[in-house]
Amino acid sequence: MNDKNKIIAGLVIFFLVLLFPFWFNLIFGAADASTAPEPKLTDKAKEAETCVAETDHMRTEHMQILDQWRDIVVRDGKRVYVAENGKEYEASLSNTCMDCHSNKEEFCDSCHNYTSVDPYCWDCHTYPEETK
Amino acid sequence: MNTAYLYSLIAVVLLGLLAYIGAEAAGLEVLFGVIIPYLALIVFLVGFANKMLDWGKSAVPFRITTTSGQQKSLPWIKHNRFDSPFTNGQVVVRMLLEILLFRSLFKNTRTGFAKDNQHITYKWVLWLWLFALMFHYSFFVVAVRHLRFFAEPVPFFVSFLEQIDGMLQILLPNLFISGVVLLAGASLLLLRRVFLPKLVYISRPADYFPLFLIIGIAVTGLMMRYISKVDVVRIKELTMGLATLQPSIPEGGISGLFYVHFFFVCILVAYIPFSKLMHMGGIFLSPTRNMANNSRAKRHVNPWNYPVKTHTYEEYEEDFRDKMIEAGLPVEKE
Amino acid sequence: MAETPKPEELFQNIDHSLPETPWEDVPPDLSEGRFCYPTKKKNLEYLDLPTTTGGEWSPADEQWPIPDNWQEIIHQGFKDRLEKYRSLKVFMDVCVRCGACADKCHFFIGTGDPKNMPVLRAELLRSVYRNDFTRAGKILKKLNRGRPLTKQVLKEWFSYFYQCTECRRCSVYCPYGIDTAEVTMMGRELLSLLGLNINWILEPVANCFRTGNHLGIQPHAFKDMVDFFCDDIEEITGVRINPTFNRKGAEILFITPSGDVFADPGTYSFMGYLLLFEHLGLDYTLSTYASEGGNFGLFTSSEVMKRLNAKMYAEARRLGVKWILGGECGHMWRVIHQYMDTMNGPADFGEIPKSPITGTVFENAASTRMVHITEFTADLIYNNKLKLDTSRNDKHVVTYHDSCNPSRAMGLLDEPRYILKNVCNNFYEMPENTIREQTFCCGSGSGLNTEEIMELRLLGGLPRANAVKYVHDKFGVNMLSCICAIDRAALPPLMDYWVPGVGVTGIHELVGNALIMEGESERTMDLRFEPLNEETEEDADE
Repeated sequence: MNDKNKIIAGLVIFFLVLLFPFWFNLIFGAADASTAPEPKLTDKAKEAETCVAETDHMRTEHMQILDQWRDIVVRDGKRVYVAENGKEYEASLSNTCMDCHSNKEEFCDSCHNYTSVDPYCWDCHTYPEETK
Repeated sequence: MNTAYLYSLIAVVLLGLLAYIGAEAAGLEVLFGVIIPYLALIVFLVGFANKMLDWGKSAVPFRITTTSGQQKSLPWIKHNRFDSPFTNGQVVVRMLLEILLFRSLFKNTRTGFAKDNQHITYKWVLWLWLFALMFHYSFFVVAVRHLRFFAEPVPFFVSFLEQIDGMLQILLPNLFISGVVLLAGASLLLLRRVFLPKLVYISRPADYFPLFLIIGIAVTGLMMRYISKVDVVRIKELTMGLATLQPSIPEGGISGLFYVHFFFVCILVAYIPFSKLMHMGGIFLSPTRNMANNSRAKRHVNPWNYPVKTHTYEEYEEDFRDKMIEAGLPVEKE
Repeated sequence: MAETPKPEELFQNIDHSLPETPWEDVPPDLSEGRFCYPTKKKNLEYLDLPTTTGGEWSPADEQWPIPDNWQEIIHQGFKDRLEKYRSLKVFMDVCVRCGACADKCHFFIGTGDPKNMPVLRAELLRSVYRNDFTRAGKILKKLNRGRPLTKQVLKEWFSYFYQCTECRRCSVYCPYGIDTAEVTMMGRELLSLLGLNINWILEPVANCFRTGNHLGIQPHAFKDMVDFFCDDIEEITGVRINPTFNRKGAEILFITPSGDVFADPGTYSFMGYLLLFEHLGLDYTLSTYASEGGNFGLFTSSEVMKRLNAKMYAEARRLGVKWILGGECGHMWRVIHQYMDTMNGPADFGEIPKSPITGTVFENAASTRMVHITEFTADLIYNNKLKLDTSRNDKHVVTYHDSCNPSRAMGLLDEPRYILKNVCNNFYEMPENTIREQTFCCGSGSGLNTEEIMELRLLGGLPRANAVKYVHDKFGVNMLSCICAIDRAALPPLMDYWVPGVGVTGIHELVGNALIMEGESERTMDLRFEPLNEETEEDADE
């Protein structure tokens, strides 16, 4: 029956749309698409060994820490952040974070691009390459 | 009191616990992260196609359009093309209006009784339409946004959608409107079923279950994004593995919350073909909506039409010939 | 019923609160007055339809006369219909119970019985469908609210599928277009497999099969009755009309429901048709063989519908007419518009209908070759072919009731209105949620126009009556016009009960009154033999 063809055509289109990830990655995807990028550490970062918090914590919560820093600096005028381990840091993206992680592209962007995250940090802040 | 929703709520909570314990304590990440997702997808594809084809197998003997507007008749009478479509093109528009804008729900009224002056009143109410629209569209946007986990590079339309969805630029991470609207829409639809007596009376466990499940999906999703953060890079590693057919469980592990979320989605996907959620496909095959109101102009063929026993004119005349002749009515055989 | 309470009381007592008990456990009310009488066996036998196993029975009986393997019969019948009707299968599967339909049903509004919500009416079948035909139902059983087919379920079907008038109002609001008429039709077909039919439907069906019309009027009597109308017309207008019967070679075959031939006020519309055709000098004929426009087969099964409907094309072919003109009737037009050509076509006679007066070609009826009288008349008026004196209808303040089937199964909405506005001077619409595609049923459609359920009918017709009351109070409406023979039979008692002072008329009665016939004497009376111009509100509805 005529209907059957229409239904099959509809199903094919629907499934093609639905299975978009499978064919999209096959055609347009990078060969190593399923391997997550590993943020690259600069020598300076490697030397420091620990960041302002544990690595796992930093992986999921860094944006929250930055948010907190912005608030204490801009609203409270406090520029010192005391980490869990008692160490003190200047609460500054440019001066503290990017001092070690001066490689924005290899460090920040690699993951952000991978997960389609578009932070607005650099709407205001400049990053190292430009200051040099 | 209809306690149908309790069964469904309990079922969803148990399913959530199952996934959480399975992934966090029992080390069943492969089961919940790889095997079940693939199984769910296969069940969905096979089940969905099966259902559609099964519907398609049944005949459409008559053109039983429900007309909601003026037919096409005399040229000077204004034809209501989309409520009483005459051509297939008009049917397509009617269907699109129905599928994209829920036009029939837009017509909803509430009947009221004014007992003092004995009037029955009909009020145009749009709540159901609004909730349904909120729910379906936000679900669609949320689903498309999730392509960021299933495609690398992330396609432009996903980023574009994220920009629009995040246009409020509040909270951190940036708030996506769709997630909140989805939770609100599903919750409002659920509240109807819990508080409106008529809805309570007609609802079955199968009406509550998908709502609780979707609320579960929305809540776990929002939690992962805004409250108990998860490592999205690792999650994408897992989902990309699925999408490129090279599944693996990323090193370092992912929060159990993610597995709950993912398991809920798998259950929902696999549940669709066997439930009322098939309305997503069924709407396309509804004979009162997808047929043109032109059955007098263009003959519709019934595939199982069969000859029936009729009372022929000859038999009739045989029966009444004398009386007919007497009354002066013409007859075939004198 | 003698003990029907006063309207105010009946209205006050309508209770929309819901029972504590789930609907599955509430037994149907099969007490006297709540069910239609079952059919006499002779009707089933005459039609070669399945019969019950016993003699006379009543739905109130504990035991029903059905065969031992009745479940098997229903199951098989259900299965067959799922394959034959995609509508049924889709409607069984896709309902999400959103509740949009719940308060759209006139029977629910009037009775407050939750099982009269369209969603639950369909659930009566759906619960069995889930149990018998779906995988989820087989696994989850009661949790999925599936129900095995028990005698109580069967009784429920009988009760509620004969409390639905197949008016399709719910279908307008359903986001998936689920049509309860379709569900009810299937339910009735299944009941019919066991011989469980009602007499008010089957008796007309049997009559119609034999004599060509529901009342069982035989050919000579049919002619006599029409002759009486001609006498009346002559007395009122001074014009003698001599219609022909079963005449071969006529251009047009005219078919109207037999209700117009025997029951007031339909008869006045019949006189209106005759006057109109005479006015035009139309080359038409009436048939005694196809003397019924209505088709109660529609309320029985698609097969019976086809068997009765076959007469129209057969007669058109035998007489060699060019096309068929159909009178004012509701469900008749559902059959003609949506079923006839498919069932009994293609029409192997005549040509595409063309008005011999205006030359208008009715392309919208090109295949079926049957034109609705209001399409025909509207075209005449638009082309100035009728001489009309609208003042003759001045005593009427008219409103218009869209009959369910022409509005929701055909889309015939503006043609009758156009005619009305051209034949009378006082026309008011009822509130917008009660007209056009949102129209309310008279409460007696689909074969429920029977005395024994009068109270149910009054309750089912309440939403319609209430809307009439609104325009009656507001604009002084005293005449309810319609284009359906069942309406013309059902609305008068409904009006007398809820809105006394409002009469019921067909459109063509008003046309007949307004028509200025060639050579007519001065008219002092309308077609009801009532004075034309006096303010006679009281008389009008006597």
